[in-house]
Amino acid sequence: MLNYTIRRLMFAIPTLFVISFIIFAILDLSPGDPTGNLPLTIPPDVREKIRESLGLGQPFPIRYLKWCQQFFVNEPLNLIENWTGWTIGDGERLRVTSWSTRSPVVDLIAERMPQTLWVVGMSYVVAILIAIPIGVISAYRQYSLFDQIGTFVSMVGFSVPTFFTGLILIVVFSVNLGWLPSVYDTTHKVTDWSSFWVQVRQMAMPTMVLALATTAQLSRFMRASMLDNLNQDYVRTARAKGLRERSVVLIHVLRNSMIPVVTVIALGVPAIFGGAIITEQIFKVNGLGALLIIGIQGADIPLVQTLTFLFAVLIVFFNLIADLLYGILDPRIRYD
Amino acid sequence: MTDAAIVEQGESAHRSLWGDVWVQFRSHKGAMAGTIIFGLICLLVAVGPYIHTIDAQYLDYRAKNAGMSWAHPLGTDNYGRDMFAQILQGGRTSLAVGLTAMVISLVIGTLVGVLAGYFRWLDGPLMRLTDLFLALPLLPLLLVIVMLFRDTLRAAFGPETGIFLLIVGVIGLTSWMQTARIVRGDVLALKEREFVLAAKSIGTPPRRIISRHVMPNVLSPIMVSATLGIANAIITESAVSFLGLGFPPDYPTWGQLVFQNQNFIDLHPERPIIPAIAISLTVISVNFMGDGLRDALDPRIRGR
Repeated sequence: MLNYTIRRLMFAIPTLFVISFIIFAILDLSPGDPTGNLPLTIPPDVREKIRESLGLGQPFPIRYLKWCQQFFVNEPLNLIENWTGWTIGDGERLRVTSWSTRSPVVDLIAERMPQTLWVVGMSYVVAILIAIPIGVISAYRQYSLFDQIGTFVSMVGFSVPTFFTGLILIVVFSVNLGWLPSVYDTTHKVTDWSSFWVQVRQMAMPTMVLALATTAQLSRFMRASMLDNLNQDYVRTARAKGLRERSVVLIHVLRNSMIPVVTVIALGVPAIFGGAIITEQIFKVNGLGALLIIGIQGADIPLVQTLTFLFAVLIVFFNLIADLLYGILDPRIRYD
Repeated sequence: MTDAAIVEQGESAHRSLWGDVWVQFRSHKGAMAGTIIFGLICLLVAVGPYIHTIDAQYLDYRAKNAGMSWAHPLGTDNYGRDMFAQILQGGRTSLAVGLTAMVISLVIGTLVGVLAGYFRWLDGPLMRLTDLFLALPLLPLLLVIVMLFRDTLRAAFGPETGIFLLIVGVIGLTSWMQTARIVRGDVLALKEREFVLAAKSIGTPPRRIISRHVMPNVLSPIMVSATLGIANAIITESAVSFLGLGFPPDYPTWGQLVFQNQNFIDLHPERPIIPAIAISLTVISVNFMGDGLRDALDPRIRGR
C-alpha cells in the first residue's frame, strides 16, 4: 500500500507540473494586453515600464519558472512563517501578485476561502446525509413507488442545471414567500443565536442548490451499489443464520455498498467546487468562484493562473484519495 | 415489456439487432417520453421561426416589458424584444452547440479510444493524455479560454461564427475523455475475440479490421455517450453563457437569456425561468433517451 501511495505521488507531481504549464501557456498565448484597459494618454515608454513592473518583460520560460518558484517555494514558506511565527531566511520573498489589486494572490484566496468552504462543505454533508438513505431505501424496495419517484427525481436533479434550481428557489422563497434572503451577506458575523439564525437562513438556499445536484448523483450510485450487493450469497447466508433484517441490510449490505460510494464521494469534491462557481454567482456569495470570475473579467492573469491551478490540485489530490480509500476499504483490491 | 410481445417478435420471420433494440427501447417509458419531447423541441425550434416571424433582435421600445398577448405570446423584455422569438432563436443555437460539440467530442474520443485499444504502443501515451485531460479543471479553463480568445476568433471569423466555433471547439475538446476510456475498454476486449483474430490471420490490414469489425461493435457505447454528450454540451454552454462569458448579448442562447433576464426575476419571474425550463427539459429528455438506449443496447437486459 505504501509502495503504491509513493508511486501514485510520484506520478501526481509531474502531472501537476504539466497542468500548471498548460494553464500558464494558455494564459500566455492569449492575445489580450494587460495594459489595454489603461488610458490611451499614457506614453508608450511608460506603458512599457508598466508591463515590466507586471513581470512581462522576460521570455516565456523564465516567467514560467519564476511563477513556479513563487508558487511552490515562496508561498508555502510564507504560509509556514505565518502559522509558526518563525522567520526563514530574510523573510523577503517575491509573491504571486494580482495585477488588479496589487496584493498577494494567496491573501485574496485566503479571504475568500471561508465562504466557499462553508457553502460547499455544508452542501456536501447535507447531500451525503440525504442521498444515502434514499439510495438504501430505493434499492431495498426496488420498483416500489418510493423507488420510482426517487429515480425520477434524481434523474431530474441530475439533469437540471444548478442555475435553474437556484432561480426557482429564489422566486419561491425570496420573492413570493420572503422567507430567505436571495443575496449572501459575507460581512455578517455570528455573535449570538439571532445572528446565527440569520447565517443559517442565508446559507440555506446556496447549500440546498448545490446539495440537490450532488444528492441526485450520489443516490443513483448508492442505489446501484446496494442492488449489486443485495443479491450476493453472503446476504442469503446472513439471513439464513437468522440475523435480523435490520442488521443484514444496515450492517452487512450497507458497509459493503459504501465502498464504491465513498470513492465517488471523494471524486466528487473537486466537481462541487466547480459547481460552486455558478452557485456563488446566483446568490452573490463572494467566494472563490466569484473571485475567479472577477479575475477572468479583469484579465488578472496571475490570479486566474493560481486559482485554476488550485482547482487542478484539488482534482489530482482527491483522485489520489479516492484510489487510496478504495485500496484501504476493499480488501479484494491489492495494488502491489 | 410483455412476454407476448417478445414471443410475437421472435416468431415473426426476421429479427434484426436494431429491431430488438427498438422493441426494448419502446418499452422504456421514460425513454419514449424523452424521445418525443426532444423531437418536439427540435421541431418547434426548427419550424417555429417560420411561423412566429418576429425578428428576435427587433427592438420595439414602445412595447417593452409587455405581458403575454397574441402578438407576443411570451411577452417582451426590457428592450422590447419578443421573448418567444428569442427563445426559438436561442434554442437553435443551444441545440446546434450541443450537437456539434457532441460530434467533435465523439470523433476525438472514438479516435483516441480505438487507437489506444488497438495499437499497444499507443495505449500508454494516449491514456496518460486522457488522464491529464481528466485532471484539468474544465469549467475554469473553459471560462478562461472563452474570455481570452473571444476577440481574436471574432475578428477572424465574424462575430457570430467566431464565438460559435470557439465555444463548440472548447466544449468538444474538453469532453471526449469518458468516451475514449469506454471505447478503449471495449476495443481491448474485442481485439481478442475470434472474429478479429480470424480477420487478422487472413491478412486483413488494421485499417480494415477497425472499420469492418471493431467499429460496428463499439457503436452502442458510442451512441450512449452521444446522448450524454449532447446533454453535457448544452449544460456547459448554458453555464458559460449564464456567467456572462459565452455568446454576446445580441446572439441569444438559452443560457444567455437566463443570464440577461435574471435581474428582473422579482418583477417578471417567467423571463429567466422559461429559457431555464427549456434547457432543463431538453437535458432531461436527452438523459432519459440515453438511459433507455443503454438498457436497449445491453444484451443482458434486452429480451428479458
